[in-house]
Amino acid sequence: MARDTLTGSRIRERRLFLDLRQAALARQVGISASYLNLIEHNRRRIGGKLLVDIAKALGVEPSMLTEGAEVALISALREAAADSGKPVAELDHADEFAGRFPGWAEVLAGEHRRVASLERTVQVLSDRLTHDPDLAASLHEVLSTAAAIRSTASILAETGELEQEWRDRFHRNLNEDSRRLAESSKSLVNFLDQSNTGSVRRGVPQEEVEAFFTAYDYHFSALEQGQTSPEDLVAGASELQSDTARSTALGALQQYQADAEKMPLAELARSLSRGFDPAGLAAEFNCDLSQVLRRLAALPEDVLGQASGLVICDASGAVLLRKPIAGFALPRFGASCPLWPLYAALARPMVPVRRQVVQHGRHAVGFECLAVAWPQTPPDFDRDPVYRAVMLILPLAELPATPLAVGSSCRVCAGQDCAARREPSILDEEF
Amino acid sequence: MEGDLNMGRHVVLVEDEPNIIEAIRFLLTRDGWTVDSHSDGRDAVEVIKAADPDLVILDLMLPGKSGMEIIKDLREEEALSNLPVLMLTARGQARDRDMAEKAGVSRFMTKPFSNTEVLAAVRDLHAQANQG
Repeated sequence: MARDTLTGSRIRERRLFLDLRQAALARQVGISASYLNLIEHNRRRIGGKLLVDIAKALGVEPSMLTEGAEVALISALREAAADSGKPVAELDHADEFAGRFPGWAEVLAGEHRRVASLERTVQVLSDRLTHDPDLAASLHEVLSTAAAIRSTASILAETGELEQEWRDRFHRNLNEDSRRLAESSKSLVNFLDQSNTGSVRRGVPQEEVEAFFTAYDYHFSALEQGQTSPEDLVAGASELQSDTARSTALGALQQYQADAEKMPLAELARSLSRGFDPAGLAAEFNCDLSQVLRRLAALPEDVLGQASGLVICDASGAVLLRKPIAGFALPRFGASCPLWPLYAALARPMVPVRRQVVQHGRHAVGFECLAVAWPQTPPDFDRDPVYRAVMLILPLAELPATPLAVGSSCRVCAGQDCAARREPSILDEEF
Repeated sequence: MEGDLNMGRHVVLVEDEPNIIEAIRFLLTRDGWTVDSHSDGRDAVEVIKAADPDLVILDLMLPGKSGMEIIKDLREEEALSNLPVLMLTARGQARDRDMAEKAGVSRFMTKPFSNTEVLAAVRDLHAQANQG
């Protein structure tokens, strides 16, 4: 049933929600209850003044009754159905469901958003528990102190005749340990709070660099306009606390500056308005494809015309810089999925790689990944070149027909029978 | 009394938390054990070999070398391949337990543990070793 033929259902739904009797509403808008009944069962079309009067009586905009649920709600329902992995015969009726039962539809869409959010949380926490040495040490400290307290307290409570010297010693230990436990618990909470607010955590340089770039939304206007320098930006960045993070950020900004000089914003925007053609841009601006991909990811979303993500890695595969994009999970620590087109590009330097991908467990969104590896070092007869690779990640409007299924990292990947798997997934073991 | 059976028995406790050492030392000494403690993972294998104990209590997370590496090294020594080892750890996931058991740990106990559990495990492991 088309969405605009469900106006009556929405009127009925809204009236019941307001606990308003059919006769009362009919009286209010000057029609008979039986006629309103026909309208509410979609057996009479409605429009014009009557629609406006009913909407007014129900306290909503007329469009809410004619257009029903927001497009986003219907889209969320379709995503929920697609993510379920089961064929849903009534998929075409998502708008009818949303129109007839907006409350339930909102519950379903809300639960789907919640599941996606929980998936992200699980991934972040499991990554951190597995790879974060600070967190592991912090937890170990808390549990070891708790073990000492439990053991000591138990001796004091359960040992009948305890010599005074031992008693004094255990009391002293208990006092020390309880103070330590209080401090280590507080540190642990602060540590977790910091990460929950997305602020910088000391000692994780890549996260500091990411926080710095995120603060600028990956676009440095003042740098492009010559009003500041990479050195000044780094010196003034409160997010960059470690030397490693400052050095990494400086390298990335210098590269950014060189890319921006090669492809000035205004000229690039004009070229993009004619169409999206990274290879054409490389020819037009006389630069290599890696520069184009990095530069495109640095553009404001309104200039590029869409959101974008980016990953840059070195020849070992270690991620140097990343720009997250919704729906494409990037591991916070450790190695990424070897199936990413980024690594296919690394295996074939200078050869552009384009792949349409979806991530396991996140089938709602498809992405087009454009990747290329470029020599980081100048040519030398006596030395092998050292390559870096870049991957631009662009969301697709529709799911690709035959996408490449990739993961985030093996630890949290639900993919089965993957020849590239490096280690078992905790999703199999514990969830 | 079970403690009497343990008189003269010797345990090496490898643990870097001083107050846990103190509590376990008290507990086992009262049960008739001689307790030697050591806090550094790096030379723990040598210390255990030199002490030639009846049983080892080993923490998983130690400075210098992990308990998992220590147990692997111990099991490679023929003379120590059957030495009862009770592992104490703050990491209690099934995966950690499985890894520890595969590496040759005789018993696995998560922190915070109870004194009764530790004592029972030590007595049990010692009894099993003597029966074997």
